Amino acid sequence: MSLLSVRDLNVTYRTQGGPVPAVRGVSFDIEKGEVLGLAGESGCGKSTVVNAILRLVPRGTDVNGGILLNGEDVLGMKPGRLRAVRWTQASVVFQGAMHALNPVQRIGDQIAEAIVIHGRAGEREALVRVGGLLEQVGLPPRSLEHYPHELSGGQKQRVMIAMALACSPDLVIADEPTTALDVMVQAQVLQLLKALQRELGLAMLFITHDLSVLVEVSDRLAIMYAGKIVEEGDSRAVFDAPKHPYSQALAAAFPTIGDDRFRHKPSGLGGDPPDPQAIPSGCPFHPRCPLVFDACPTIVPELYQAGAGRRAACLLVEGALVDAPGTAE
Amino acid sequence: MSGSDERANTDVVLEVRNLGVTFEGRVGLVSGLMGKKGSDARAVDGVGFELRRGEVLALAGESGCGKTTTARVIMGLLKPQQGEILFEGKPVKNLRRFRRRVQMVFQDPMGSLNPRQTIYEIVAEALRIHGIHRGEHGEPEEELVARALSRAGMRPPERFFLLYPHELSGGQRQRVVIAGALVLEPEVIVADEPVSNLDASVRGEILRLLMKLREEDQISIIIVTHDLGLAWTVADRVAVMYLGRIVEIGPAEDVLTKPLHPYTQALLNVVPEAEGIDRPILSGEPPDPTRIPPGCRFHPRCPEVASGSAAQAGVEARCRGEDLGLVELRPGHLAACHLANVVAGNARPPVATS
Repeated sequence: MSLLSVRDLNVTYRTQGGPVPAVRGVSFDIEKGEVLGLAGESGCGKSTVVNAILRLVPRGTDVNGGILLNGEDVLGMKPGRLRAVRWTQASVVFQGAMHALNPVQRIGDQIAEAIVIHGRAGEREALVRVGGLLEQVGLPPRSLEHYPHELSGGQKQRVMIAMALACSPDLVIADEPTTALDVMVQAQVLQLLKALQRELGLAMLFITHDLSVLVEVSDRLAIMYAGKIVEEGDSRAVFDAPKHPYSQALAAAFPTIGDDRFRHKPSGLGGDPPDPQAIPSGCPFHPRCPLVFDACPTIVPELYQAGAGRRAACLLVEGALVDAPGTAE
Repeated sequence: MSGSDERANTDVVLEVRNLGVTFEGRVGLVSGLMGKKGSDARAVDGVGFELRRGEVLALAGESGCGKTTTARVIMGLLKPQQGEILFEGKPVKNLRRFRRRVQMVFQDPMGSLNPRQTIYEIVAEALRIHGIHRGEHGEPEEELVARALSRAGMRPPERFFLLYPHELSGGQRQRVVIAGALVLEPEVIVADEPVSNLDASVRGEILRLLMKLREEDQISIIIVTHDLGLAWTVADRVAVMYLGRIVEIGPAEDVLTKPLHPYTQALLNVVPEAEGIDRPILSGEPPDPTRIPPGCRFHPRCPEVASGSAAQAGVEARCRGEDLGLVELRPGHLAACHLANVVAGNARPPVATS
């Protein structure tokens, strides 16, 4: 049994401008101790996936499909059970989460509160645990006494990581955890997350628009476009030899210093990611695809097997057109 | 002076000499009444470089290194306490005329575009500010705006005239910002993190546009960035800044593949790599320009000092106590590092010994 299993997830926001299908049939599994990187650009639905897993989407949003955490159906959980599961089984580190710290409460008390509320320890015991947690995330134990404004952005993000680990979850979801940080601090926080993941055997769902960051920390990669996963596989394999033209464009946007192929040759796609309310027909990527051909606007590609442990949703994958419906050849 | 030297000199479009900017320290009301003074921040402290015609120079470094402040001084948005700027060999006196020829592209297109103005008005604004009603050959304003939009890749330009910024995509908005700069036919464009707010797949198009402007129109470009990968993609030369100083400058190939300064190496180490993240990453926070360390300003964070390499080479005392400027260690490749000086066989003998 996978630690997290997402099956055919569909999320549609209800807005005044009509329904917005943000996630359109996403499936993936995360095993114990495994890091899955979910990549994609703004509006591709990756953050919606995160919010759906922890049921943080606005009321009235349509969420369909299956989300099993340790075999238990998250979408069917009663509110009390859901609260118990959040933090103890799955926790999140959000982008800019450091702004979510309570400015008038000491760091130590804020983390201890989470531990006490979830019944993991009494107050005094909790504070001892917090000291250990802070050390684990590379903060001096005296940070316990500090207020958020006394810490830098990187330190606050470390506090958020400590908080995410406070109730010893099996799964940590990191949604753009380093995006708002300065370059050097960003690398420090990434290194910390990766070290903790190894040390504690954590499973992680890591989300960012920066494919090069994901490759560093993930075992497997899934790339999203217009609400769907368009490619998945071993992270190195996907980054080094992407099969889907969109993944190819994304990978090419992150140059390797010293590699002449990137020197003075910026590569990019024309056009912009599609509006979720006006998703192109057939393959949603076809209007921007450099390899588009006549079948692309009419056939919706599924994730086809594209080598060992790899799948890609592109009609150019070998054998794709044989499997695809409506192509009698 | 030989003929080739003269040509090399006229080739320099912009020269920055010994720039210094200090921001006065601020304190809270109570401390102020008690007569306390805040510590001044030396944001830029003796920066100098040349920009050649048709050249792309990357100013790189982490937050607080002074790269954006340097750009703002070049744009005349900030008055330096020290130093001067020469445009085509002459000191800049008439700021208004200078500004026409040096244009800035800001990092946040949504923040720098007026949401209530149409695209036409946004691009035409610069012309109006400079009192330009006709082009060099008597073209009407409409034609100038159309040409700028079209050069920025917005074609056909007329289609965009009456649209508002919110009706455009991120990439298109960045193009409008560039069109607003191009309409004045500048010689130099200063681009502050021109793609950091854009989606990865869109970035390439904007960079390609900048490359095209440089190739076809010989526009010189200063790109301010924290991303050395971006510098590798577009820059001819790279200047790495740390705490208000340029610590290394040279051809992009040399600086990025054979760095001389340990700080450049540290910046290169934070560029993500497919091999994973197990490599030395500089610890500590971005440096504080209100507290500049003595000696080499990088020494408190320098891995060469920490590992004892500097001591072994006999320069540690200098690293801690002796401030130093840029030294040309390879052709056109300068660095400000005591250790690199010794390694290059370019230094005075060690101080402490004998």
